[in-house]
Amino acid sequence: MTPSNAHEEIAAQLIALARERGASGAEATVSAGDEFEAQVRLGEVETLKEAGSRAAGIRLLFGRKVGSAYSSDLSIDGLRRMVNSATELAEISTEDPDAGLPDPGDLGSLAGDLELYSESVEKMEAEEKIAMARAAERAALDFDPRIDNSEGGSFGSYTGWRAFANSHGFLGSYRSSSCSLSVVPVVSEDGKRERDYWYSSARRTDKLECAEYVGRTAAERVLRRLGARKAPTQKVPVVFEPRVARSLIGHLFSAATGEAVYRKASYLADKLGEQIAAPRVTIIDDGTLPGLFGTSPFDDEGVPSRRTVVVEDGVLASYLLNSYTARKLGLKTTGNASRGVTGNASTGHGNLYLQPGDSTPGQIVSSVKNGLYVTELLGSGVNIVNGDYSRGAAGVWIENGEPAWPVHEITISGNLRRMFEQIEAVGNDLEFRGSAACPTLLIGEMTVSGH
Amino acid sequence: MGLNSSLIAERFGVGAAELERWLGEALSRGGDYADLYFEYVETTSLSLDESIVKSATQGVTLGVGVRVIAGEKTGYAYSDDLSSEKIVKAARTAACIAAGPAKIIETGLEEKSGRDLYAVPVPAAETSLAERVALIVRADEVARAEDPRVFQVQASFGDSIKHILVATSDGRLAWDRQPMARLNVMALARGGDGRVEHGYQGGGGRVGLDHFVLQDLAAKFAKEAVRQALVQLDAVEAPAGEMTVVLGPGWPGILLHEAVGHGLEADFNRKKVSAFSGRVGQQVASSLCTVVDNGAIAGRRGSVNVDDEGTPTRENVLIENGVLRGYLQDHLSSLLLRSEVTGNGRRESYQHIPMPRMTNTYMLPGESDPEEVIRSVKKGLYCATFGGGQVDITSGNFVFSATESYLIEDGKLGRPVRGASLIGNGPEALKYVSMVGNDLKLDEGVGICGKEGQSVPVGVGIPTVKIDRITVGGQA
Repeated sequence: MTPSNAHEEIAAQLIALARERGASGAEATVSAGDEFEAQVRLGEVETLKEAGSRAAGIRLLFGRKVGSAYSSDLSIDGLRRMVNSATELAEISTEDPDAGLPDPGDLGSLAGDLELYSESVEKMEAEEKIAMARAAERAALDFDPRIDNSEGGSFGSYTGWRAFANSHGFLGSYRSSSCSLSVVPVVSEDGKRERDYWYSSARRTDKLECAEYVGRTAAERVLRRLGARKAPTQKVPVVFEPRVARSLIGHLFSAATGEAVYRKASYLADKLGEQIAAPRVTIIDDGTLPGLFGTSPFDDEGVPSRRTVVVEDGVLASYLLNSYTARKLGLKTTGNASRGVTGNASTGHGNLYLQPGDSTPGQIVSSVKNGLYVTELLGSGVNIVNGDYSRGAAGVWIENGEPAWPVHEITISGNLRRMFEQIEAVGNDLEFRGSAACPTLLIGEMTVSGH
Repeated sequence: MGLNSSLIAERFGVGAAELERWLGEALSRGGDYADLYFEYVETTSLSLDESIVKSATQGVTLGVGVRVIAGEKTGYAYSDDLSSEKIVKAARTAACIAAGPAKIIETGLEEKSGRDLYAVPVPAAETSLAERVALIVRADEVARAEDPRVFQVQASFGDSIKHILVATSDGRLAWDRQPMARLNVMALARGGDGRVEHGYQGGGGRVGLDHFVLQDLAAKFAKEAVRQALVQLDAVEAPAGEMTVVLGPGWPGILLHEAVGHGLEADFNRKKVSAFSGRVGQQVASSLCTVVDNGAIAGRRGSVNVDDEGTPTRENVLIENGVLRGYLQDHLSSLLLRSEVTGNGRRESYQHIPMPRMTNTYMLPGESDPEEVIRSVKKGLYCATFGGGQVDITSGNFVFSATESYLIEDGKLGRPVRGASLIGNGPEALKYVSMVGNDLKLDEGVGICGKEGQSVPVGVGIPTVKIDRITVGGQA
């Protein structure tokens, strides 16, 4: 293994130091990045932020005992201190019969260009980034006179490296970039204020939605909230727009992670092969799709990213695993290890999505006689142990298949198991705006609490 | 107490002359104000799962953030390298926000020495690892012995020691050593019908290991986590709709954090995007409600001697007898609103720009006997414990999620109910407070507040409170 850049060199150095210290296994992660953020409010630059930083971490195994450490001091003395600290910590940990590294045969990296990095992000001048933030905010403010205030338009960008090495000889690194444009307009009428937002993000600047579109979309969203009121308490069908529907597959992901499953802290524990959703539901995790945010050549323990069908036609087909949780469950890793720069790996998803159906969002709304179209969710009332779901919501009430009036200050509640079983329609509007994506969904019945 | 008592000054050779030179670089293109924020943090985290200490991690981070303010504009840069060369580079980057002749710093830096709200002789970070491991092992043993239905326990202990040093172009020079420690216990229990439920208890603060050992908090938290899991095994569906709700004392104070606290942060009000904007002097709660934010309570999780802009913390009255009194200020908002700083300028780390944040937010006690509060309710819900919450500060709508609640029937606590979110509107919800207990309690020390991507530790507290009308998001 020959390091091909400075980040790999540090990772390799950490592994060498760990061997010197007598560790039987080691994993090292190096992360380095530069960030830029410009915020414009009411046309004026409000904040400019620009900086870079890096950090590294090590996880050591002494037999079945594990210790970890991290630092932003990457001098040779800093690296030595890190290895010493992790060694000391391994001494006080307990033998864990399942502790280890991935099997050597599972290690590897995807070949080919995954389009994770584009020079365009670094090359774009600060002035142009500020101009885009300003134009997005302008487009929102100009859209309607009732939009008289804003929390600003902002442009953020990031470029960075991630390197990983382990004592089985894995050494790899990749570079990534991202940029995003967002705006948060505020509307007032009759002494009531509402805000909403829209954003676009991409790994390269030319994939961003244009500033005017971002601004106008935010404006349309905030305007439709004007005059929102509570709805009566009742059980009705609920339509989730894509921006909020993706949180549902996020909850399903949490329940399908190896940690939650082996601890039996998940309503999906012991449900492999069982029907856990409506037959029209297929959920896939794919870390190999070029240019997307959930893509990487290898996961955070050096196992190649891959495509895993999590739910197939409503049947739970696979959990999402790293090497540790795979050993706990007697399964194979699915390449979903995730961590910061140190510690035992947890589980993360690649590009996680629910496969689109045939209906347009308009057709789905038309099919609802009396129900709720949700555009925003608030709070953390989701329990993946028993599946209970109760969150604050805002959106639009549907009457006779038509959006009728804006609604807020209500909650929607149900149980994740029943909610997935009751998915009655899946939209054709799948679109990736991050690493999880979901089309419009119709859930047959949930409880709306209002007045 | 001289500057050399600061670990940052001593370890990285930072003296008053260097600080003034770097501040000069920051204002080299003009601007009204500049500050430097140095941070050095050591953390340890230990966690146990399946009775095995599976994870033990230590880390060190350090860095400096440089900020320049010109009018309403802020320029910010940071470096994780404390060499003079890198600090000058960061200062010049932040300086780009201003466009004018260099500003000369008129006053020399004046050292602020002061009180110590957390005079922990030996921070947890400086105790032996074995002593800290013993805490989570004990929590695991106690939880498993507590009830045969318990089948899974996770326990973790985390501590940190953060050193900060702040120097500002208007002459403030402050430094602080901020210990923090926290113990968490989670238990899973299985009922006879196969139903699985979990319970959680955690706590800590700016305290040493003694805080946990002397009170045997490992056992106390373990028993509490088990108790909550067992209660949930018997829980029925929560009710849905508007009803009378009684909040128990302590952590349910998260209501105040969400319903009013965020809406009173000065940045939102300066920009007129909060539901509370322009309402100082107005009635926003029932006259029984007095709500304060106080960053100066000894040992609390949300307390700091000085905020992250070097301003000493203090008690700030937000709502007095139901009337809105003031906002939580950071330096920038206080400049723009021509108001006093209140010691609420906080940030997650040197990589972040400070903003107005809460510290420990609570309601002062009233006169009612807590039992009498419950007895007064014919039909309603009693909420003893909550998970997290969230607020849309512009509309004022907030939610917070009850994790342990009971039906109240004819003035008596009835069956426990499953988790449910409560939703209300900030400037309206507290108008329905009709009774306030005499039993103010602060939480155990677990709060983490997120705002614009930055997390800071906070505390909350509340006495038993009766709210005549709020929406409960159950299913029954």
